[in-house]
Amino acid sequence: MIELNKDNFEEEVLKSDLPVLVDLWGPKCGPCLALMPQVEDLSHEFEGKVKFCKLNVAENRKLVISLRVMGVPTFLFYKGGEIVDRLSGAEAVPDAIKAKVRDLA
Amino acid sequence: MEKRELVIIGAGPAGLTSAIYGKRSGLDVLLLEKGIPGGQINVTDEIENWTGVIHASGAELADSFRKHAEHFKAEFRDVEVRSIDLSNGRKIVKTDSGDIEAEAVIIATGASFKKLGAPGEGEFTGRGVSYCAVCDGAFFEDQEIAVIGGGNTAVEEAVYLTQFASKVTIIHRRDSFRADRVAIERAMSNPRIDVIWNTVVEEIAGEDMVEKLVLKNVRTGDITELPVTGVFVFAGMDPNVSFMKGLVDSVGGGWIVTNERMETSVEGVFAAGDVRDKYLRQVITAAGDGATAAMAASAYISEQLHIQGLLLEPEHVTAFVFSSIDEPQARLASDIEKALAGTDARLVLLDGYRNKRIVEKLGIKELPALAEFKKGDLSRQQHIASLDEAVKFIS
Ligand SMILES: Cc1cc2nc3c(=O)[nH]c(=O)nc-3n(C[C@H](O)[C@H](O)[C@H](O)COP(=O)(O)OP(=O)(O)OC[C@H]3O[C@@H](n4cnc5c(N)ncnc54)[C@H](O)[C@@H]3O)c2cc1C
Repeated sequence: MIELNKDNFEEEVLKSDLPVLVDLWGPKCGPCLALMPQVEDLSHEFEGKVKFCKLNVAENRKLVISLRVMGVPTFLFYKGGEIVDRLSGAEAVPDAIKAKVRDLA
Repeated sequence: MEKRELVIIGAGPAGLTSAIYGKRSGLDVLLLEKGIPGGQINVTDEIENWTGVIHASGAELADSFRKHAEHFKAEFRDVEVRSIDLSNGRKIVKTDSGDIEAEAVIIATGASFKKLGAPGEGEFTGRGVSYCAVCDGAFFEDQEIAVIGGGNTAVEEAVYLTQFASKVTIIHRRDSFRADRVAIERAMSNPRIDVIWNTVVEEIAGEDMVEKLVLKNVRTGDITELPVTGVFVFAGMDPNVSFMKGLVDSVGGGWIVTNERMETSVEGVFAAGDVRDKYLRQVITAAGDGATAAMAASAYISEQLHIQGLLLEPEHVTAFVFSSIDEPQARLASDIEKALAGTDARLVLLDGYRNKRIVEKLGIKELPALAEFKKGDLSRQQHIASLDEAVKFIS
């Protein structure tokens, strides 16, 4: 998974040819850490079809707020540089994430 | 199918403690956890009531619990339990990565925060609505936010959130908190905390992000608005039992009923921790439940083996079930043994005082009693008052 920050966000997400999943997580967020391995697995399954990125909210506060996100775990789904879907909090379970990735691919 | 002795579902404080006690009593233990070991304590930053540790973060405590269980070589598996099949007296735990047959199961799946059910709650989750202060507190630096609830968790998390927020308003539907005094005093003396009593949330509103709450006073019916950018919901919990609805007796919204030994209404299925119907849901009581459940499960498993080997495998056997703490009964036991010495009758002495469940299972109302088994089936049983009666029963 690609680590995002304010310098590569535009290039990797907004200008990406592939659809993109952005996993917003925080180092103190237990549920985020629990999801991470399953999201990694998905990234291999959809290799070449969907680009998987992660964004550490503790280190990129401004960028995250500009994305209108105020809580983690949150998953944003991009197509053609636009947010087309999102999942947050208790909704963000592996089955739901996978279903939305499938819609993107 | 994979066969294991003790399968524990959920690796929170209850499940991890069960694993420690289970391993130490010699059982083969498998812990199934869908998230990260530690459970709910992973989402709190301050624990001050785990005996022996004056202050620890939830994550630190979770880590030390996990290490402790690993030290005794409990096996962990990262998997979600989907259902349990209890038909034909078997216990089959079903997961995405296969089924496991267990000799005993401990349900330690804990609880989760209830949704408020107010309009806007789902829509704004991740955009101002949160159920985890350590996850999301830092988003609200210098902002005004609300905490919903009035129990220990709500009051403690409100204090934690004042590290970030400039003002925290606690909204509670009653007129007093149900929390411990230290927590209440800390909240009430904090200049950044305000409380609105007797009030519920009617709506969470905003454009893109949370902007305000619409509140209703439950006494007067008055509607007011409170401008906030964040709202943390800690109002009530639901047990995590969706994978086993209706399998064991429960009350309210699914809280599992157990006895003092953590036995549920189904033999061999135990429950421990927050998922139980209980008075106090805390780390220390969850750990206590976990210890009891593991010891009771261990006793259950050895009882089963005992019955299997002694009573069900032989062609023909008679069991004298008596109370070992009653002297006349103990004497009668050895008299019967002597009387049968040299005959070909096969006799087993069974301590009914220590194996109450077997007594119950055999339908024995009064000790001592004799029970006869043929090819693994109970053919008859009878209360025995004297050696004569015993000899008559056997011959
Ligand atoms: C914010 C907060 C602050 C708190 N502060 C304190 C405090 O200061 N002091 C204190 O004593 N207590 C505190 N508590 C309460 C304490 O955390 C709980 O009482 C305790 O964690 C209960 O332990 P448990 O093992 O019963 O359940 P949990 O901790 O809920 O653990 C259950 C585990 O089971 C797993 N699970 C659930 N369903 C499944 C499934 N189907 N398959 C596989 N795994 C599953 C979950 O992922 C979880 O890891 C706090 C709780 C919260 C939320």
